[in-house]
Amino acid sequence: MNTTPPYAAYPAGEPVGYRRQTLTITTGELAGHAAALLAAGFRVASVAGHDDGHRLRAVYLFTAAAPDRRFELHVPLDPTGPHLPSLAAVSFPAGRFEREMRDLYGIIPDHHPLPRRLVRHFHWPRGWYPMRHDAGPPPAFGDVDGPYPFRTVEGPGVYEIPVGPVHAGLIEPGHFRFSVLGETIINLKARLWFVHKGVEKLFHGRQPSDAIELAERVSGDTAVGHNLAFCLAVEDALGLPVTTQARTTRAMLLELERLYNHVTDIGALCNDVGHGILNAHALHIREQLLRINAEVTGHRLLRGAIRPGAAAIRRHPDPDRLAAIAADIAEIVAIALGHSVVHDRFAGTAVLTRQQATDLGTLGYVARASGLDIDARRDHPMADLGPSFTVSTHTAGDVLARFTTRAAEITTSIANISDLLDRPGSGGDTDHPDQPRPDPGPRSGVGIAEGWRGTITHRIEIDSDGRLTRVKVVDPSFFNWPALPVALANTIVADFPLANKSFNPSYAGNDL
Amino acid sequence: MTGVLVAALQVVVVAGGSPLLVGAMRQVRARLEGRAGPGVAQPWRDLRKLLRKEPLTPRGTTEVFRLAPVLLMATTLVVAAVVPFLTNATPLGPVADLFAVVALLSLGAVALALAGIDTGTAFGGMGASREVTIIALVEPTLLVAIFALSVRVGSTNLGDIVTSTLHDPALVISPVSLLAALAFAVAIIAETGRLPVDNPATHLELTMVHEAMVLEYAGPDLALVEWASAMRLAVFLGLLANLFAPWGIASLAGPLPVAVAVAALAGKVAVLGLALAVGEVFMAKLRLFRVPELLAGSFLLALLAVAASYFLA
Repeated sequence: MNTTPPYAAYPAGEPVGYRRQTLTITTGELAGHAAALLAAGFRVASVAGHDDGHRLRAVYLFTAAAPDRRFELHVPLDPTGPHLPSLAAVSFPAGRFEREMRDLYGIIPDHHPLPRRLVRHFHWPRGWYPMRHDAGPPPAFGDVDGPYPFRTVEGPGVYEIPVGPVHAGLIEPGHFRFSVLGETIINLKARLWFVHKGVEKLFHGRQPSDAIELAERVSGDTAVGHNLAFCLAVEDALGLPVTTQARTTRAMLLELERLYNHVTDIGALCNDVGHGILNAHALHIREQLLRINAEVTGHRLLRGAIRPGAAAIRRHPDPDRLAAIAADIAEIVAIALGHSVVHDRFAGTAVLTRQQATDLGTLGYVARASGLDIDARRDHPMADLGPSFTVSTHTAGDVLARFTTRAAEITTSIANISDLLDRPGSGGDTDHPDQPRPDPGPRSGVGIAEGWRGTITHRIEIDSDGRLTRVKVVDPSFFNWPALPVALANTIVADFPLANKSFNPSYAGNDL
Repeated sequence: MTGVLVAALQVVVVAGGSPLLVGAMRQVRARLEGRAGPGVAQPWRDLRKLLRKEPLTPRGTTEVFRLAPVLLMATTLVVAAVVPFLTNATPLGPVADLFAVVALLSLGAVALALAGIDTGTAFGGMGASREVTIIALVEPTLLVAIFALSVRVGSTNLGDIVTSTLHDPALVISPVSLLAALAFAVAIIAETGRLPVDNPATHLELTMVHEAMVLEYAGPDLALVEWASAMRLAVFLGLLANLFAPWGIASLAGPLPVAVAVAALAGKVAVLGLALAVGEVFMAKLRLFRVPELLAGSFLLALLAVAASYFLA
């Protein structure tokens, strides 16, 4: 990496928003600046195209922990022939974002190692970029951009298993192409993006307060995570104050969401190895948690509790009930890990090494199970979680490590909720009276929250009328999906559903 | 004449009772897992529904695909007619030879595996490949386990084996019988696709063995496959029951002994089936590559049984 001499560690930018600096650069300066930031410990949090009408603009958001820092690089581009130097050589996630940006905005990354379509499949017409301001309604599909082949593995005895995009369960569409020798997976390609919904474009033109319902539905099981990241971004942009009480309430809601999702997957992992009775018990606990959610917020999936500048709940959850649930979950986990066949199925299956996890930029429990000590609750803190909060990491990177990481997170979450409830003055939380300060001129904001799958990043831009002009949503699944095929190399086909469930990336959060 | 009637009755009992056996096993499992369960008669309701549907075959399949369910059903019916379930003296007794019976049951399984390959889909081929791997390991165990029992009788006829056990009940607790029974039980679990070898309740195509082979079947064909699979389970459990604990079987012709034999058979098979279902609740599915280890272990038990039958005779 060349750390460009004028900067001691990384370039200095203009301060904007919460712990954020911004810098407008030319395409020629991009590679050097990005390399300097990455060398200084930043990670690529999002890369997004922007259409300002008269010009295109690429915004690279880098974040770093300890201390919490955010750094933006703005690269204005000529709308007639937008080109960028590809950063794929220094950052794998950046290369994926570039492909997304090219499909949605027509911004071409030069010398990209994999210059193929990502978000728009081949039947989307060539030259039509849905996020451009003049895109118009979606045109009819046609086979216009040539074939879109899978990598073929050749050799004696190698065969292909195509699975999906329609599956035998209530899950979203994704096509998996296995190249298999006997039972061993040689190559797996996961093709996603079958249901591009245009969520980011649906945000455009809305007032932030009218966009909450949309943010909550980016990925149905992450209503709190995505809405919180969105609200943090709005507060960052508008300079809205948030009371400590509201922050505490938000932190508690985030943990409640983590709880019910982790319990569901703990049971599902047991079910995938044929130990159905543990799944039955986990589902029983999940239902109790969903009812607690409904009592706390009025919605089983915790929708409607968080708004820009505020958080309102109906009542606090009962710590004794949560403690009883924690004991039940601990028992399920102990039974699962004590069962020799279940343990054997989990251990050593679908290993993601620490190096692979780092290179791919994985987030959340996937990263923590491979030994990466990252958690936005500590790295980009939104509320003080107190002494009971710890980041639990494992090093093995297999299904067992992901299972035990999540089991440990359940324990931490419940302890955390109890701590947060004990805070003096945490009862009777109310709306915050502050109104958005009328502020002239366009503004931007960044929100980072640790959803149950991992770090969620939202970056928004607001025009002088207070309307959203651009919302870039980044679900951790965008980073974690590529880790699945990597971990599955040399795993047997029959273990794929188990491995997939242990990663459990979101289709909806990935395909916006 | 009565012998023919008893053989026919055996077929009726197996065909009519096997869906109830499967239903009872599912119901027990559901209750133990805290679910309500669909009731014991649900497999019969499913069969009725499937039999009323129009027959459909996937494009590109051949007669192999169409004949496999019929062959599976036919072989199972023949086995149900000849093996000593209700009486040890059926008119088809000479056919009830150890090798003939195991060969007939394998023929049905192989027909289904060929049908899986015939569909040309990845899942059919994958399921068939896995099934054949398991069959190749299971059939020797079945043969050797029953052979261990036949050594002391000096005949491979199943009826003769049952008769000898009836005359000398002490044989049941001999090491030969116990080792062979254990080996036979493991082989049955593998052959009928139960946990920990195969998970009959899964919806995950990539983990399936038996279900992956029959994914392309629909309507009456699927009904035949499902029905025959249930009958095979009943036949195997019935064989296990009568080879190792034949009491209740009718040695004399007559309505009363036969009625007693029907009740005894139903009772024994139900107990075995429920024990299997209860065991499944506490079991998880083995990693696919661990299945051969389990089956090799059961083969070793069968081999020990044969050795013991020579040394302890």
